[in-house]
Amino acid sequence: MGFWEVTLSLLEGLEQTCLIFALTLVLALPLGLVISFASMSKFKPLAYITKVFVWIIRGVPLMLQVIIVFYVPGFLLGTPLFSRFASVIAAFVINYACYFSEIYRGGIESISKGQYEAGQVLGMTKSQIFFKIVLKQVVKRILPPISNEVITLVKDTALARVIMIVEIIQAAQNYAAYGFMWPLFYTAVFYLIFVGILTLLFGYFEKKLDYFKA
Amino acid sequence: MALLEVKNITKSFGKTEVLKGIDFSLEQGKVLSIIGSSGSGKTTLLRCLNFLESPDTGTISINGKTIYNAEQHKKIKDDELRSMRLHFGLVFQSFNLFPQYNVIENITLAPKLRLEEEKLSAAQKKARIDEINENAWALLKKIDLTEKAKSYPCELSGGQQQRVAIARALALSPDILCFDEPTSALDPELTGEVLRVIRELKDSNCTMIVVTHEMEFAKNISDEVIFMANGVIEEQGTPEDVFDNPKSPLTQSFLSKSLESF
Repeated sequence: MGFWEVTLSLLEGLEQTCLIFALTLVLALPLGLVISFASMSKFKPLAYITKVFVWIIRGVPLMLQVIIVFYVPGFLLGTPLFSRFASVIAAFVINYACYFSEIYRGGIESISKGQYEAGQVLGMTKSQIFFKIVLKQVVKRILPPISNEVITLVKDTALARVIMIVEIIQAAQNYAAYGFMWPLFYTAVFYLIFVGILTLLFGYFEKKLDYFKA
Repeated sequence: MALLEVKNITKSFGKTEVLKGIDFSLEQGKVLSIIGSSGSGKTTLLRCLNFLESPDTGTISINGKTIYNAEQHKKIKDDELRSMRLHFGLVFQSFNLFPQYNVIENITLAPKLRLEEEKLSAAQKKARIDEINENAWALLKKIDLTEKAKSYPCELSGGQQQRVAIARALALSPDILCFDEPTSALDPELTGEVLRVIRELKDSNCTMIVVTHEMEFAKNISDEVIFMANGVIEEQGTPEDVFDNPKSPLTQSFLSKSLESF
């Protein structure tokens, strides 16, 4: 079992890992904003329903959600609705959007009323106040908790193997079946590099926003 | 004709009646101080004038034109509210500068956003932007902070921040500039520079309403003083009338407490 052969097949697994990671992030970050607005809505039934939804999504293990999205439509309709990969993305996006929505809500609600009022007396519209004044302050405040979630996501991608997606851990486990354990331990190196890059990236963003206090 | 005419403004929050019928008027170029103890309704009155609260009853007129009538404005459209607000500027107790923008950007942000909403040719737009920038630099000179143009609010002292907030409010050329306890959040040694700017504005004929706890300042700068207590105007008149010969016992006791020296 050559080192390079293992490395190559782990890299193939890593490709799936990266795809799940990137697609989840790109879709869940904006969806989370929509959910956070719904949970802060003045229309109480919407806020209430959203809160219950977030409770369910955050309350059920992500692994179980992946299984549900993939198998349940099949049981009900007789034929699976989503491919394995699409099921993983759907479950991950909804799950992460709910976590992000709570981070957004915390950030948005932490901005002082005075910032909104200053915008109002200067004749700004609600959307100008949000996008030109509030948003950047929110981004600065939520970067640390967002980076936490993003790093967790890197490792959560391993849950995709529960429906036979061959991401990096599954790729390594295929060797374990033949009695080779070391590829499994070797995956840690890939995760560490991945998370290391993200840590540097978020550090850079935080530094970028260091020029003001909010 | 008075520049500002306020008639029968009332405002309740739940069952608490904060304003119980406020009437006053203000001439162009005059300075009105509103004094009174905490909870007397002075800040709420100021917030009503800036439409941060909508009065339950009453009217507000500028130059004889009614801009707010509680009867007709039960539900105000956002656009309408915005243009009503532009008659008034407001300087907050806690400055509320935008932390991510530097001083000059804080002053020009609102005028530039308004400009974006107008349909203008590129050349017209450029001319207007130049105008906005020029005006901002002139204001900066007025508050004596030209050298801080590129500084961020967190790099300024409280007094400097409040001066920038004044310039920011002036950048939209409001008819009336309101101050909500502009020096209450400042260290004592910093109040002077802010009060000086307000005095200079008076000298340049700016119409102002100042809610303040600085009795000496109110006495010196005002043309008109209102003493509020329990949501009504308890006493109103020239500074001499109110400070030197107060008629109402409430005014007398408030002033003797406020001016008490140790």
